[in-house]
Amino acid sequence: MTGLPAIKVEKLVKRFGKTTVLNGIDLVVERGEVTCLLGPSGSGKSTLLRCVALLEEANEGFIEINGMPLGFASGPNGERVRLPAAETQKVRAHIGMVFQQFNLWPHMTALGNVAEALVTVRGMPRKDAEERAMAQLSKVGLSDRAGHYPSELSGGQQQRVAIARALALDPDIMLFDEPTSSLDPELTGEVLNVMRDLAESGMTMLVVTHEIGFAASVGSKIVFLDQGKLIVEGKPEEVFGKPRHERIDQFLDTYLDRGAATLL
Amino acid sequence: MTFDPDLIIQYLPDIVRALGVTILLWIAGSALGIVVGFIIAVARRYGPRWLDLALFAPVELIRGTPFLVQIFLLYYGGPFIGLSLDSVTAGLLGLTIYGAAYYSELWRSGFVAIPKGHVEAAQCVGFNRTQTLRRIILPEMTMLLLPSMVNMTILMLKETAILSIISVPELTLAVSALGTKHYAFVEGFAVLALIYWGLVEACSAMGRFAESRLSKYRFAAS
Repeated sequence: MTGLPAIKVEKLVKRFGKTTVLNGIDLVVERGEVTCLLGPSGSGKSTLLRCVALLEEANEGFIEINGMPLGFASGPNGERVRLPAAETQKVRAHIGMVFQQFNLWPHMTALGNVAEALVTVRGMPRKDAEERAMAQLSKVGLSDRAGHYPSELSGGQQQRVAIARALALDPDIMLFDEPTSSLDPELTGEVLNVMRDLAESGMTMLVVTHEIGFAASVGSKIVFLDQGKLIVEGKPEEVFGKPRHERIDQFLDTYLDRGAATLL
Repeated sequence: MTFDPDLIIQYLPDIVRALGVTILLWIAGSALGIVVGFIIAVARRYGPRWLDLALFAPVELIRGTPFLVQIFLLYYGGPFIGLSLDSVTAGLLGLTIYGAAYYSELWRSGFVAIPKGHVEAAQCVGFNRTQTLRRIILPEMTMLLLPSMVNMTILMLKETAILSIISVPELTLAVSALGTKHYAFVEGFAVLALIYWGLVEACSAMGRFAESRLSKYRFAAS
């Protein structure tokens, strides 16, 4: 299994009504790589991530996770064959997802949020699940907030709980959908630090982000999407270094006002 | 006409017995209405489209006509379609149907109000539909809907008074009988008002208590 890429996206097409949001995306994420998806809003980067998380079903194309087909397999004539739910669930268990809006469950404490799936899905006794959840919370620096409800936590803390919730299930791929976009600027640092630690521990990550600084310093690969197509792909120094793709230049220009120039 | 409190004391056992019927019908009717309403809401949301449409009409019919008319038709019109019920059964059935229509709409609003992301988060950690409903959607809806559920349940109590027209031996019937017999409507209806109000306040107080217990669960600002 070692030779297989963690994520392989093949000719993925996704339409919402008449709008084609993803127009034939091919993407390979190798094990241990941190791939950052950049692009203007509406470029399809979040939709691509959501397809990999199987929160959206693509119209055409295939996705493989660790070599296993996700949701749909290719039939004898290349047609899409829907896989049984149990099989899909098994493949999905390799993936952890972090949302822009955190999406913690408001009726559970931080500890409850992290322990819940271990009990409900994995059938672990509540006590063991909470022990494991506690360990996970301390990894994101929140063991002292375990008993707090989401409404009692800051945005940055909520997002770290959400990361712990995904990690508790021991995924080998983590997906991040603009994890810092709904945070105050002074709270983004604590979330990015957790993500940086995670990257250093060798986790395979696919990150949709507007944090160019993070992408440039932590990303092993930058993928730039525009209008549903993959335009540029490469190491950060290749993508951001000169000579630059014209579209990247335009995109970066919008960041200069925000002081991102110093990072590049 | 004089105000004679002794009359109330004299008839107290009858009033208490009738109060028992009122409370029983209220609790049973509300509980059944809440459960049936939930089933309707789930069927309309997760079932096939024809089921949604098939349930839309009766829900609108019930919400669009007075309870008095419904209960009258059920009790006096029922025998024409082979549905002969004694008054208490007809009363309970009528209350259940009436409540279910309204409660189903409350449940429906609850389904709509739950952030899609909370359900997606559950999907991402491997919950199936039943687990998501039981562990995420239902508890979140409980806290969201509690105030409107309490409100509807208060209305249900007051609708039980309508059951007096089909001679369900409940509070309003007992008190009006007393009024007719002794021509003592003021005493009777004053007491009636106080009892209903007392029950409503008790129900509201329980609702407020539950709300305060759930206040920590309020949706977090992001």
